[in-house]
Amino acid sequence: MTVLSLVIFLPLAAALGLAAVPRAPRRAVLAAWIGTSAVDLALVAALWIRYGTGGGAGSDGIAYEENARWIPSVGAGYHVGVDGLSMPLLALTALLFLACAVYSVRQEHRLRAFAVLFLFLETVCLGLFAALDLLLFFVFFDLSIVGMYFVILLWGHGERARSALTFFLYTFLGSLVLLLGFIGLYLGADPHTFDMVELIRRPPLDGSPGLAALTLLAIGIGLGVKTPVVPFHTWLPPAHTDAPAAGSAVLAGIMLKMGTYGLVRIAMPMLPDAWRRYAWVPLVIGLLGVLYGALVALAQDDLKRLVAYTSVNHMGYVVLALGAAGFSGGTAARELAVSGAVTQMVSHGLVTGALFLLCGVLSDRAGSYAIGRYGGVARGAPVFAGLTAVAAFASLGLPGLSGFVAEFQIFTGAIGAGRAGVAAAAALSVLGVLVTAGLFLRVLHRVLLGGPGELTGRVTDVRRPELAAIAPLLVLSLAVGVAPRPLLDTIAPLSDAVVALVAR
Amino acid sequence: MNENPADLAPELCVLIAAVLGLVNGLFLPRARQWWVAGVCAAGLLAGLVVAGLAATRPDLAAFDAFAIDPITHVTRIAVLATTAAVIALAAATVRGHPRETEFYVLTMLSALGAITLGASSDLLVLVAAYLLASIPAYALAGFGKDAPGTEAALKYYLMGAFLGILMLAGATLLYGVGRGTAYGPLRDGLGTAPAAAVGAAVVALLAGLLFKAGAVPGHYWVPDVAEGAPPVVAAFATTVPKIGAFAALLRFGADALPPGTFDWAPLVAVVAAATMTLGNLAAFGQDNVRRLLAYSTVSQAGYLLVPVAMAARGDLAEPALLYYAAAYAVTNLGAFAVVVAVGRDDLDGYTGLLRASPLLGASLAVCLLGLVGTPPTAVFVGKVLMFGAALDGHYAWLAVLAAVNSVASVFYYLRWIVPTFGKPRPGLRPARAPTAIAVALAAASLALGLASGIALSL
Repeated sequence: MTVLSLVIFLPLAAALGLAAVPRAPRRAVLAAWIGTSAVDLALVAALWIRYGTGGGAGSDGIAYEENARWIPSVGAGYHVGVDGLSMPLLALTALLFLACAVYSVRQEHRLRAFAVLFLFLETVCLGLFAALDLLLFFVFFDLSIVGMYFVILLWGHGERARSALTFFLYTFLGSLVLLLGFIGLYLGADPHTFDMVELIRRPPLDGSPGLAALTLLAIGIGLGVKTPVVPFHTWLPPAHTDAPAAGSAVLAGIMLKMGTYGLVRIAMPMLPDAWRRYAWVPLVIGLLGVLYGALVALAQDDLKRLVAYTSVNHMGYVVLALGAAGFSGGTAARELAVSGAVTQMVSHGLVTGALFLLCGVLSDRAGSYAIGRYGGVARGAPVFAGLTAVAAFASLGLPGLSGFVAEFQIFTGAIGAGRAGVAAAAALSVLGVLVTAGLFLRVLHRVLLGGPGELTGRVTDVRRPELAAIAPLLVLSLAVGVAPRPLLDTIAPLSDAVVALVAR
Repeated sequence: MNENPADLAPELCVLIAAVLGLVNGLFLPRARQWWVAGVCAAGLLAGLVVAGLAATRPDLAAFDAFAIDPITHVTRIAVLATTAAVIALAAATVRGHPRETEFYVLTMLSALGAITLGASSDLLVLVAAYLLASIPAYALAGFGKDAPGTEAALKYYLMGAFLGILMLAGATLLYGVGRGTAYGPLRDGLGTAPAAAVGAAVVALLAGLLFKAGAVPGHYWVPDVAEGAPPVVAAFATTVPKIGAFAALLRFGADALPPGTFDWAPLVAVVAAATMTLGNLAAFGQDNVRRLLAYSTVSQAGYLLVPVAMAARGDLAEPALLYYAAAYAVTNLGAFAVVVAVGRDDLDGYTGLLRASPLLGASLAVCLLGLVGTPPTAVFVGKVLMFGAALDGHYAWLAVLAAVNSVASVFYYLRWIVPTFGKPRPGLRPARAPTAIAVALAAASLALGLASGIALSL
């Protein structure tokens, strides 16, 4: 067993251990949960440092590879590894789960079960980003749905049963369509295999563009539901609104990335011809997501719903960038677009995770997300106000924070690709930034500044665990914004490789 | 011609155990009839060992009518293992019943019929196996001697008798036009036969097999038996004979029909589509867990028919069907074992199960989510193979329909899982022994999924 497998399964082992001790005292549960997540984060950090210094990577840029037989008769194996795409996402996952654990220190309701479920989800998310086998990827993809369903159902608020069911049915349908697409890849490969590395080396369905298009459609819908892209996003607002704060943070911060991660990892390199031919589809859908998400967010009075819709907007940039990468044109520009997409995934995870936890603080104190019922919160809760302001600015793409680095690369890449249509789409999507800026300024204005609202008196400042959970996320966002080099250097070989694979 | 009875050792083990059990039961006092369960279990275990050994030897056919190949091996092992679980489940619930011995013996004989059904490569043996698998099951359905049980038994019997006659007519017709009853000669003979006659005969033959499989249009008995018969019988009747029926369907579709005369795939594909859809739609509104499970087994039969339809269209069909059937049997039996353990039929009766008995609640969740097809349970791997078989046979619409149905099924399985998280109602005390069996079956379902590589390589 390699270190990577240890990283993946350590939280699961801790979850099983916690589940086996029914009367564990509260402090012990918390210590086990936070301790496990912290150890896992430290391990991931160590993996990244070693990866960054060139250690452990094979010829194809994959490090810490492990390939064990699982179902050899259908060519599926336990194949995991790390490259420039998965490394940042693994780190993001470990960090955000630790933040959620720290944030939940004051959780009263069924703490042990909550910890067990979150540790289980941590294994699932880490496993997904490390998986190099389609079937293994799918196993984790599906389990993430089941785990999050129970998080929303058992610890949510409002119409949680309904939202949870919508979430389950919708994303489960997406996952099964995705599975059909995977089977399409499997059957198209010669010899039949689910192994991603093999499938990337020899793209399946090379000679049959019709089948390749259908397979891409299935994979696109499956991943699109998860991302979510615009026609398939309707499960997201209720799920986010009714999920507990930590659940929303994980759902938005990590699980939405599974969709776009799959596009970069699976759809683009395995179906390069089809991706190039239909690159306008993600381009248009991404643009739609950017504009629609921003405009609908603008109309929200519920703070959590607003943040949820900005997720649609932010993930729209990612999809748009990946679409732009499928057009012929300047290689450097397209590499920039892919690099921007990956940076945006990381940035969105940090910032939106922080925003949802801040929403949780608000709901914890006053039990409401209604923007109109707050006002002048900054006076009584200055630290909260500061954190919210930084998160909002990061989310709207202020230079010096991570969102800017990502969006700047995406726009530059898409406009620089040398196609009028792509450039027009990118130019239109800049409008999205404008709307997001407007809506976040509105939130800051209405909630933090101005005269006191009816619930303002109940909002006390962030407590120490909350601060300890949220501040590191924003500090990292700032770090990426100021000194993006370490992150970009990790991503660069991957984005070069993806662009080269798509262009073949 | 191979006429070595030793090749039938697993079947003989079951038969001998059944006969020994019957004879013993005649002389044992009522309080000590559990001994018969021991005899039957020993016979099943011996059969399992012999079947496992036989699976390592090359394929052959005994008596020209009994194929011994991977289909038979898997059918044997799955039927023997699940029957052993049923006997164990029964031993905990019918202990001290006036007709305890009869229960075990009838179960054994029906299981023997299921194995023969899956192994027969001759229409006459197929019909005989159908009767052997069915008649003890009719008696078992009425085992409780109460009104619902009697109704269930009567419905089961009437449907079985009617569709059995149709099946016999189909076999006769096939013999008439194909000049043979063994699948090999039949395949040659049917090549020149009139297509309409072959079509009518196949449809009639299918009637009986679909009845055993609990698929549309032969599914009407399933909910009544599941609800009316004692829970252990319901568990048995909706699980074990199905394994044999699906194996028989696969074998018939792959071996008996020559390519070109009769299009097997579209017919079975339509039946599969109807079965999974109707089963799901009917399951939505059920408040009785046994009826819910019954309709769930109907929809599962629909998924199982997908690889049957693809029998002659690709290499994935056979492993898909066999793996799915075994996975389904273990998982479905696990869900029924939870019902036996809790002893309640209404959904409300399961409120708080996860807190009252965490292991049993978790087993229920594993089995039901398994039936949905959630990884890493066994049914998930079965479903992946099933989708693969459908796409491989260029039946993408069927795969899409199966996917949509799987999603729809989440709804009613969740209706059952969600209450288990609530506050336990007073008096929720699951029985010990069935709980252990349910946990074992749920664990087996997980293990079979995780170790599917080993199982599939056989």
